[in-house]
Amino acid sequence: MKQTLLHTKKLHYKSLKGYEQLLLMLVPGILYYIIFHYVPIYGIIIAFKNFSFRRGFLGSPWVGLAHFRLMFDNPSFYEVFGNTLVLGLLKLVIGFPIPILFAILINEIRFTKIKKTVQTVSYLPHFLSWIVLGGMFFQIFSIYGPINEIIRFFGGEPIRFMTEPKPFRIVLVSTYVWKSMGWNSIVYLAAITGISPELYEAAMIDGANRFQRMWRITLPSLTPVITVMLILAAGQIIKDDFDQIFNLYNPAVYETADVISTYVYRQGLEMMNYSYAAAVDLFKNIIALVFVFGTNRVAKSMNEYGIW
Amino acid sequence: MHVRKIGLFDIINTAIMLGILIIMLYPMLNVLSVSFSGVTKLGLGLLPQSFTLKNYQIVFNNKALWIGFSNTLVRVGLGVFSTLIITLLMAYPLSKKALPFKKVITFFVVFTMFFNGGLIPNYIVVRSLGLIDSRLALILPRLVDTFALIVMRNFLMTIPDSLEEAAKIDGASYFTILFKIIVPISIPIIATVVLWTAVWHWNSWFDAMIYIQSQSKQVLQLILRRIVIEGTASAMSLSMDDANTVANPDMIKATTIIVSTLPIVCSYPFLQKYFVKGIIVGSVKE
Repeated sequence: MKQTLLHTKKLHYKSLKGYEQLLLMLVPGILYYIIFHYVPIYGIIIAFKNFSFRRGFLGSPWVGLAHFRLMFDNPSFYEVFGNTLVLGLLKLVIGFPIPILFAILINEIRFTKIKKTVQTVSYLPHFLSWIVLGGMFFQIFSIYGPINEIIRFFGGEPIRFMTEPKPFRIVLVSTYVWKSMGWNSIVYLAAITGISPELYEAAMIDGANRFQRMWRITLPSLTPVITVMLILAAGQIIKDDFDQIFNLYNPAVYETADVISTYVYRQGLEMMNYSYAAAVDLFKNIIALVFVFGTNRVAKSMNEYGIW
Repeated sequence: MHVRKIGLFDIINTAIMLGILIIMLYPMLNVLSVSFSGVTKLGLGLLPQSFTLKNYQIVFNNKALWIGFSNTLVRVGLGVFSTLIITLLMAYPLSKKALPFKKVITFFVVFTMFFNGGLIPNYIVVRSLGLIDSRLALILPRLVDTFALIVMRNFLMTIPDSLEEAAKIDGASYFTILFKIIVPISIPIIATVVLWTAVWHWNSWFDAMIYIQSQSKQVLQLILRRIVIEGTASAMSLSMDDANTVANPDMIKATTIIVSTLPIVCSYPFLQKYFVKGIIVGSVKE
């Protein structure tokens, strides 16, 4: 076995013979990646230029770090950057544990019909666009909507969720949890199904109750999955959800809701400050990359589970 | 054997689940109820107030919505077909252990999951290619989804080589092997990728917003956005007469949401298992 492996390895360095067809198959895909991924990556140079369509990526004049200086001198950049971090952290702290809890509880449901129904219904929002959900939640959070109806019932003052900066954060975080909770629980449910029933049986013989079994067996068995998902989620903190925010926000709540991606969109495609917007986006992408690698490192140093 | 006794825990847990069920369903049922209401619905109830079908009559008469429907169907069809072909053509060679340059190409592909040019350079590339107001601008930039590609490749790697050997001896080309032998046994993963791509195209709107200018090419989600989010009266195609009788555009918005979401909601329960299978395959560490 080992010998044949070595043998093939030697062969494939010598020639591509026998692989021409397979390599040919890759051509359209590779062209796609070059044109729609690597040319734009190369196009990042416009962050250091004054881009105009007339002159193109190459011909536009260099301006060095001018756009980055502009960015760091601009108070609205700090506001947007702060909003991105605050919303990202809120979504992580609140949105991350909920699917885990949900998966553990669903797994404990004994009535198959309820279990299946809850699962099916909770996955559904994942397939609906934020435009559809936006329409739904405008009504839910409106001043005469159901949420304010409940607040009034308990004697509270109605809240202008969609037009006041602070309450709008509640809208963003709760609708995010609503949309993603079910779908994000799938991975954990799959992992729970993989736990050996013998572990539970042994625990039961030892007299462990339901909570002890969940706490001592289910949760520890999920640690590897949780670690990987946490790394991925932490890497996403700075990658705000454009679709959600763009379809829900309005100028009245920019103070808390305007994030990097919406800012880049408005600066770049509405005001046509192409280079400035590209600089802001580049800054975000580099931080996102550092986040992903950083969290992966931390996870690896704590235990052996990393994503690569 | 588990002891099958229903305890306090089961009761509380079931109650929590039912609570979640209500929270998940309420916003959707609320929209449904509003769409059948003749007057502005107040209160928490889910029954339509002054039941009417007038809203549906108005929405069905909205030509823009039907144009959007057909454009989205074209987009989904073309998008799914092209994505599937190109993804298969890439995943198959990359699933071969001894493929030359395999590592380099895999890195070349996976790198794009972690770093990209960002919105502005992507827009500039599409515009420079002359794709503004072309349907291709909605398909080419997302021709291959790297995640789907990796999932597909991982699946193909599990197919034993022995299946192909007989065909190879008979002199079949790799193209023949891929489409005659590999594709038929990969139907589950193909279904998953097809559905992912279809839902992605169905729900996409941002690319249409920045690339498509002609009304005749506009997709459903964007027309929905004009009505529901921007609340443009002309997009709702309200005639003067309608505008007077319809007390509140909320009802038209709700009805439009229902009409344009029904296809997904109706097909979803039957297709759900393929999506779930896909996410589980995809989450398995390579």
